[in-house]
Parts: sequence; structure tokens; C-alpha cells
Amino acid sequence: MRPPSPSIPEKEFLFASLKESLRLDGRLPMELRAPILTFGDDLGWVECSLGKTRVLAQVEGKMVKPLPERPFEGMITIHSEISPMASSEYEPGRPSDEEVTITRMLDKVLKRSDAVDKESLCILAGQRVWHIRLTLHFLSDAGNMLDCACLAGMVALKHFRRPDVEVVGDEVTVHEPTERAPIPLAIHHTPFCFTFAFFPDPATPPIIDPTQLEQRLSAGLLTIALNAQRELCVLQKLGGVPLDTDEVLKIVNIAVQKAKELNSIVDARLQEDWSGRKVEVR
Amino acid sequence: MSAIVLPGTTVPAQHVNLKLGPGLIQRTGAGEAGPSIISSRAGTLNHSSNGSKWWVESNSRRYVPAPQESVIGVIAQKVGDGFRVDIGSAHSASLDGLAFESATKRNKPNLKIGCLVYARVSLAHKDMEPELECFDAQTRKSEGFGEVKGGFLVRCSLKMCRDLLDPKHFLLPLLGARFPLEAAVGMNGRVWVNAKEPKQIIAISRCIEAVDPDNGGADEAGVKALLGALDV
Repeated sequence: MRPPSPSIPEKEFLFASLKESLRLDGRLPMELRAPILTFGDDLGWVECSLGKTRVLAQVEGKMVKPLPERPFEGMITIHSEISPMASSEYEPGRPSDEEVTITRMLDKVLKRSDAVDKESLCILAGQRVWHIRLTLHFLSDAGNMLDCACLAGMVALKHFRRPDVEVVGDEVTVHEPTERAPIPLAIHHTPFCFTFAFFPDPATPPIIDPTQLEQRLSAGLLTIALNAQRELCVLQKLGGVPLDTDEVLKIVNIAVQKAKELNSIVDARLQEDWSGRKVEVR
Repeated sequence: MSAIVLPGTTVPAQHVNLKLGPGLIQRTGAGEAGPSIISSRAGTLNHSSNGSKWWVESNSRRYVPAPQESVIGVIAQKVGDGFRVDIGSAHSASLDGLAFESATKRNKPNLKIGCLVYARVSLAHKDMEPELECFDAQTRKSEGFGEVKGGFLVRCSLKMCRDLLDPKHFLLPLLGARFPLEAAVGMNGRVWVNAKEPKQIIAISRCIEAVDPDNGGADEAGVKALLGALDV
């Protein structure tokens, strides 16, 4: 059931206040909602919330036979279906535009950017590799589910630990987590996603991390995925808003700064959670 | 003394002139001693001092239309002589083009799609489309109903709307003492607000969100602190 478009007073008020750089929830135009990361008991279970937008990510691993054309690489699959739990505008079974965009971006940001080293997932070449499965559940949509989903997925991959495997000749022994400490995935770099919204009036400055109303009334969205080492992974632009090079470079610089901040927040949270878990080494 | 009831709980309501409010229904008892009153919602059970009026206080965000309630609707479509209005309920409501003050067949109001109207629910049944009207049926005067222009629409829970309509609630007088404002409260979880500057409208919207029981229910001190931080 598609919700009706915003009413005329909402639209006019939003445009008028954004022109004065006032956002409806009191944030600055270039201020992100503070991300809150909650870790579950299982390793690889993370719930990420940006304000009221919430996404749950879970990582599981199992051993399978690799693809015949890539016998030395493991496999990573991402499942992200938006259910009506996120908002009444999503119908089950029929992928909406937003869902297609999110699925494509997650694929580019988490798989194609080689964030996780696939060769390290190989156990026995040609016979056994790890198949890592990332499942994302979209719990609540209050705008900008894409950034929230990328953050949740990336943090879940960093949080996950796979069982230690010993290979002697052709024999593969999987050690229980109680016998040997599970080992983390080999992560090359940590990409983060930032979405900027542009509005029809060129005098209105762009804003980061739009809420649902701002996203619906925007004329175009620019999404940048990059890591804290200033390496761009994906640049995606939705909507026909004309932007010149200066504006795009300005946005990229802001995204670089935010990526550094977000990286330190994520590292601090992962450290805090890991020190809270007891890992006995005998 | 208010007890918490769940849907299906039997309520000991006995009075000569018993009036049941929202959340209570009467079930005709087959075989046992007469009809019994059971609650249909989860919430706190309240009753008036003499025990004649009983009701269940609960909160939700999804509006169920009931007659004689004022609501704020968004015009979704023009249908023949009237309009289809979205009031947040399961069905969209119909608003007749002639249900306005001083409207004749030649002189109908010119409402565009996306306009906000403050209307009253005149007819509401469980499986039918609700009907709205923009005037008082007895006096045929607008009494504040009709199109509202400008301002902004704030969404909140149903309990918050009921609290805002209560003259003893602190929020609107507190805000009104700081700066002049206009507000139209709909029982369907929508409040239209207007003030002179966008900063003030944003302040009202954030205060309503903060005081909403769903978001924690800030009290007077909390609102004063928030207004101080917002500098209005």
C-alpha cells in the first residue's frame, strides 16, 4: 500500500526551512544521526540504529564445495529483503525501487569492493570453502535505510568469528568454539556508506542522512561508499539534479571526514563488546 | 485506582445507567447470569466517581474512525462532486464538495490534491468508508473546520492528541506563553501547527515529539530544558 505523497504544507515548510539550513529534527545539514550498535549473544549478530531507522544483520558460515571456475575462493551471499515490518509501503514478494537500490548497493559495497578476502575462506582447494551468508532484516524505516544497512552488514562481518579449521593432507578437522578460539574473517578494508539529499531549489544546501520526509521530497540522492583511508568504493547518483564538479568534490571531502569518525566509533564499540566476552584459552 | 486489563478480561462494571466508553463491549451471556462487560483493548481501566461511566485508556498510532471526532485529512483525489481524503485509517474517507459553509452547487471549494483539511467525522462504521464534513451540522457554520493553509503537520500517537485536546495539559499553554502559535489537533494522530518563524514551528514539532508517551513522555521541566537549548 503506497502511502500518499506528503501534503502541501509539509512540502512548503520543509523547503522553506531547509533554505535557512534548519532541519526538522534539529540537526545541522551535515550532521549524521548518532549510530547505536547493539551486539547479540551470537558472534555476527548486530542491530544498527540511526535514530528510528533500524536494521538487523546476522552472519553465518558453513562449509561447501566451491564453484568449479573459482576453486580457491570462498563465497559470500547477501540476503536483504524488505518486509512490510519496515513500513507499510513495502509489499511482500514484490521488490520496490528502494529495495532494488539497496540490494545493488550492498552487493557493490560489501562484495565487489573486496572488503572481505575470499581466498582466506578457502579450506581445501577445489573441495571445501567457507560460504559466508549475511542476512539483513529491515526493522524500521525512518529514512536512509541504505546507510544503516551497509553499516550493520559491515559491522556484522567484522564481529563474526568462524570456527578454526585444521587441514592435514586431505583431512579437514573443524574445531569446536570451546576447543579452539574462533578466528575473525580477513577484512581488507571497512567501507561506509553516506547518502546526501539534494532539493529542487539550487539555493538549498545538500543534507546528509535524510529522514523519511526529506528523502521523499528530495529531488536527487547522492550515495558515496568509501573507507577511512580515503579510498572511494562506489559513487551512486539517483535523480536528475544537476551537480557540478566543485559540489561533488565538496561532498566527497565531507564524506571522508565522516568516514574517519564512523570508523573510530565502530572500532571502539567492537573493542568494548569483545572485552565483555569471556574467551578462555587453555 | 486503575487496573491493567488485557483484551478479553471481564470487567466488574455494574450501574443502573451504565455508559461504556472506548475499549469496552457488552457480551450477551448465553446461559449465565445476564450480559457481561469485557475489554477489547489492552490498557488501564478507568471509571467515573459514581461508577456510571467506564472506559479503557490505551495508546496506539493507528486511527479507527469514530463519529463526531475532529480529524486532519490530506486530500488524495477528486471524485466527482467531492474528494477522497486520507485520514490515516484503513479506508480513505469521502468528503462531499457541498459539506462546507456557504457552499452551493455553483460555488464549491477549490481544494487541490495535497491540501490539508480540518474536518469532522460524520459517519463511521467498521466496514464502510468513513464520511467527513467541514461544518457543524446544526449551525451549518464552519466553526474552524475547512482548509488549513501554511504551517506544518506533526504526527504523534493517539494518546498525545487526546492529551493536547485536554485544556489542563501543560504543553500548548507553555509554548503559547513563549511565542504566538496556532494549532489544530486531529484525533487521528496528526497536529497542524503554525507560527511566525520556521524555528518556532520546528520547536513546537520537537516538543510534541518529546512529550509523546511513545518517545518517553517528557514532563514540563524536560520541555523547558529543550526549549532553552533550541533558543526560541
